[in-house]
Amino acid sequence: MPMARIRPDKRQSKTMGHDHSHDHDHSELSDIELRVRSLESLLIEKGYVDPETLNELVDTYENRIGPRNGAKVVAKAWTDPEFRNWLLEDATTAIASLGFTGRQGEHMVAVENSPDTHNLIVCTLCSCYPWPVLGLPPVWYKSPQYRARAVSEPRKVLSEFGVEVPGHKKIRVWDSTAEIRYLVIPERPEGTDGLSEDELAELVTRNSMIGAGLALEPGAAT
Amino acid sequence: MTSSADLGGRPGFGAIPAIDDKDPFHSDWERKVLAMTLAMGASGRWNIDMSRHARESLPQDQYLSSGYYEIWHTALENLLVEKQLVSPEELTSGAASAKALEKPFLEPENVAKVLSRGTPYLREAASKAKFDEGDIVCTVPTKHEGHTRLPGYLAGKSGTIETVYGAHVFPDASSAGHGEEPQWLYRVVFADVFEPGVSISADLWEPYLEGA
Repeated sequence: MPMARIRPDKRQSKTMGHDHSHDHDHSELSDIELRVRSLESLLIEKGYVDPETLNELVDTYENRIGPRNGAKVVAKAWTDPEFRNWLLEDATTAIASLGFTGRQGEHMVAVENSPDTHNLIVCTLCSCYPWPVLGLPPVWYKSPQYRARAVSEPRKVLSEFGVEVPGHKKIRVWDSTAEIRYLVIPERPEGTDGLSEDELAELVTRNSMIGAGLALEPGAAT
Repeated sequence: MTSSADLGGRPGFGAIPAIDDKDPFHSDWERKVLAMTLAMGASGRWNIDMSRHARESLPQDQYLSSGYYEIWHTALENLLVEKQLVSPEELTSGAASAKALEKPFLEPENVAKVLSRGTPYLREAASKAKFDEGDIVCTVPTKHEGHTRLPGYLAGKSGTIETVYGAHVFPDASSAGHGEEPQWLYRVVFADVFEPGVSISADLWEPYLEGA
């Protein structure tokens, strides 16, 4: 699971005081690393930023908030018709009922894949993404390639993700141009009738909730 | 094209990179940039539209040749100087001329609360919505100055209102420091823009739309 990583960033806290005598070998650092390090110590010295706040922010999005949240939402929608209807009517409130709220998820809309329609989410202008349910966006979602091509040739883009959308199936691309954030409810795979909500959630991948993937078949979960 | 960041439909881009990559960060400095941006956002000296504009208005060659978090970092540096939280000399030297705050803008114990609260953008509407669900509308031409959230590939196109969201903070005004100027926000669906069988929707504010 992607959220279980331990952050290797312990040495930073030692250099965060006002002691400028530390003597790193800066020759090994890239230009951007030097700029970031310099700004960090400046903001701390000004009193604007507390190093513990920075650690807390990183830990939140690296270890606590991620696509497992969205997978729970989808699995519940698959098993509970009332919740599914609520999610399609008022996703913000339905998702909040599971405890997922906040920054970059203030106004949520859920869109459901069906035998007729495949939904794909993009932000062509920047990288808008539903943080409370999916965490921070992956590299490909932020890439110029995806942002340019998801609207102009989504079938080709989807085939690069291994998703072949048959010609008779419509594609709907959702460009996140405002503060509305979208979550795709992928189609529930065949042969999953006996599975519990937790087992179903294991089949729901991050990419499937963006539309750039399908839910896994039972037995394929990693 | 409205800005360096307005990439939708632009030709010439190749295969989608890093499809199997799941990590949000690839080095410590990226973690720091995200965290500093959020921590300084709590200063209230700028809003999300100003920080988007600071990123998206970078020159195109710089925008396309910079990594994602490098763009964030450059935008943060620029905002800090523009809002006079940091002087150009301090930015260059990395040393503070004086301590400016006793308590940080965002304290560690408030992080969870602030993140889970978020910043809702729905506002009271000052007037009635001009359009209704099912109305055919036409988008205005591309704007060449200032910030906008009408993508270039949807400028001057005809579409159908699918949903009326309510009045939301208007980025064109808010990014320029002109206040929130809430405007009605609509989900507009466009058929066959690039490919038959593909519809595209975007969330667009009333000033981007005209009756067809």
